[in-house]
Amino acid sequence: MAISRRTFLGSLGATIGVTTTGALTKAYGAANKHFKGYPESSGVLHDVTLCIGCRKCEKACNTVNGLPQPETPFEDLNILDKKRRTQAYEYTVVNQFQAKEAKEKVFVKKQCNHCLEPACASACFVKALKKTPAGPVVYDADLCVGCRYCMVACPFEIPAYEYDKVLTPRVTKCTMCAPRLKEGKLPGCVEACPREALIFGKRESLLKIARARIQKYPEKYVDHVYGEHEMGGTSWLYLSGQPFATIGMREDLGTTSAPELTSGPLSAVPIVVGLWPVLLTGVYAISKRKDKIAEEEKNEAVKAARVQSNEEMNQKIEKLREKMTKEKTAAINFEVKKALEDSEEKGKQEE
Amino acid sequence: MDLDNQIPENKKFSLFNMVTGIILAGGLVLTILRFTMGLGTVTNLDNNNPWGIWIGFDLLCGVALAAGGYVTSAACYIFGLKRFHSAVRPAILTAFLGYALVVLALHYDVGRPWRLPYPIFFSQGTSSLLFEVGLCVFLYLTVLLIEFSPAAMEWLGLKKLRNIIVKVTLLLTILGVILSTLHQSSLGALFMIVPSKLHPLWYSSYLPVYFFISSIFAGMSMVIFEGSLAHRYLKYKMDETHLKESSGVALGFAKAASLLMMGYICIKIIGLSIDNNWHYLTTGWGLWFLFELVGFVLFPAILYAVGSREKNLMFIRLASIWTVLGIVLNRLNISVVAFNFHLPAAQRYCPSFMEIATSVFIVTLGIVIYRFIVTRMPIFHEHADYKTH
Repeated sequence: MAISRRTFLGSLGATIGVTTTGALTKAYGAANKHFKGYPESSGVLHDVTLCIGCRKCEKACNTVNGLPQPETPFEDLNILDKKRRTQAYEYTVVNQFQAKEAKEKVFVKKQCNHCLEPACASACFVKALKKTPAGPVVYDADLCVGCRYCMVACPFEIPAYEYDKVLTPRVTKCTMCAPRLKEGKLPGCVEACPREALIFGKRESLLKIARARIQKYPEKYVDHVYGEHEMGGTSWLYLSGQPFATIGMREDLGTTSAPELTSGPLSAVPIVVGLWPVLLTGVYAISKRKDKIAEEEKNEAVKAARVQSNEEMNQKIEKLREKMTKEKTAAINFEVKKALEDSEEKGKQEE
Repeated sequence: MDLDNQIPENKKFSLFNMVTGIILAGGLVLTILRFTMGLGTVTNLDNNNPWGIWIGFDLLCGVALAAGGYVTSAACYIFGLKRFHSAVRPAILTAFLGYALVVLALHYDVGRPWRLPYPIFFSQGTSSLLFEVGLCVFLYLTVLLIEFSPAAMEWLGLKKLRNIIVKVTLLLTILGVILSTLHQSSLGALFMIVPSKLHPLWYSSYLPVYFFISSIFAGMSMVIFEGSLAHRYLKYKMDETHLKESSGVALGFAKAASLLMMGYICIKIIGLSIDNNWHYLTTGWGLWFLFELVGFVLFPAILYAVGSREKNLMFIRLASIWTVLGIVLNRLNISVVAFNFHLPAAQRYCPSFMEIATSVFIVTLGIVIYRFIVTRMPIFHEHADYKTH
């Protein structure tokens, strides 16, 4: 195959371009750049006002995921009287609420919301949980250590654990039917919903549909798409006729994504690693120097004391010497005088 | 006189041996249960409460109370407080055993313990604070092992190797401080991901700072507390230097801890003000918060201050136990009591008997190993061949 100069240069340029932008994207990923989710990623819109609480989605979920049959059959709707959460072998549950204003009961389906920046994935220390560009947050049981920090971290209280398994416990949760999506099928629950209370599609178009419905029926819907911004946004979106807090969905989660919540302490790592060795070596050097100075001062003091005492001694000796010299001179003078006097006296006597 | 290997004549069925023997046997049964029946049988953990006292007590308290190692060695080797020298070895030993037991306890808690090396060697989840904790604990345990090894080598007579390791003491100490700063604070930062689950009085962006500062006075208090126990039961192993310096260590740490605890209260108040959480203080949670902060930080801090001013060792020892209890209370409040505060009482966690028994077993195991080592190796005294004085 002949490659023209132009093609070659072009592909070379493209390679360089891709490499550089790739590197740049990585660098930006490390910083706190605002992430709006993967483009073209899929999600599900749950219009709560359409849900009739038939539990067909629960049944479908159970079937497509090959989960064990529950004690209460899916046709038994009495279970709706009890508020439930997702369990190890129930990836989705429908709850019933009696909203104050509405006469009718409201049903809400609960499952993993597939956050755009999932708390579970950011908390996982082995990358067993991952947000895929296609939308689903998926789990790799082959990596999982079973620390359950993902369950602690999830603000929606979704991941469950196989506490009953001894050697191979897994974290379980809705996968948005990632394997089925790959085959071009719909998620089990969406396919089973008889009322189209669940719509699968690209998140962007689901948001448009949701907004359009709110605009068209402002009296029917609360003017909020739950999941658009909650915890940085989720792939699963909700429309409701009742305030979300009254149908078991927390409104106090905020819009900060989980990775942002922990980015502060994580960014302190290089500061500690960089600063401590320098500071501590400095402290060590200072304390050594202090010891040295103290030692020197001690030596000097000893020396000074010695010099002083020497001087004092010398002075004393000098004084003594002077005294002795004086006494000596006095004694000599006295002797001389005495001798002179003696000789004078002798002379007088001889005369 | 050589104090090594001088083990007192001990009755095989002394009270100590009886009690620890029963606990260890019970622990063995629990271990078998845990690894044959699974977490569901042994613990009260559930999907809403994935972390219980094996994390709240064994991990969080274990790591905080093992902080004496880096605090004492930093005081002695970096800050040049040479009079703390005789306290370094007992502190390093406690820290080493503490961390080793933390890692042991994690084997009970995680679902597949044989995969614990995964985050370090196989698949690094660098965005997780737990990864930071795991990596630092792994590295620090290694550092502690090396820091402790000279004592074992003196005992075994490995003179050359011992002398090489002693030469890098400063390097190891600095490494220890870096790693401790990182993981002590990260243990607090673990909970920064759950502003919606942890009660606002305990949730704060200062959590890493709180955990780090409190680990320092936790470590000091443990050194004092342990010292008083050792004085009571292991005095015959102590040489003159140790006996002479020990009250100085207690007085010095008491004063430092008192100041640190006052500072800790100040930053707690700053945190309270920044998040404007004052109104919660009048609620039941507020009372519990004040019970912890005033009852278990301020009061022992005052007792420490009085004790160090009056040079009253009784006060200081009492304050050290009080502070240790306060640390336990704080860590349990964050991981268990104030965690999931929004859930109805029926869905809250309360540890099972077997969970508590397992924690007791692990602490007992620590005490037994500690006793084994200090009665044989030069911990409370200097080895005859390596005297510095």
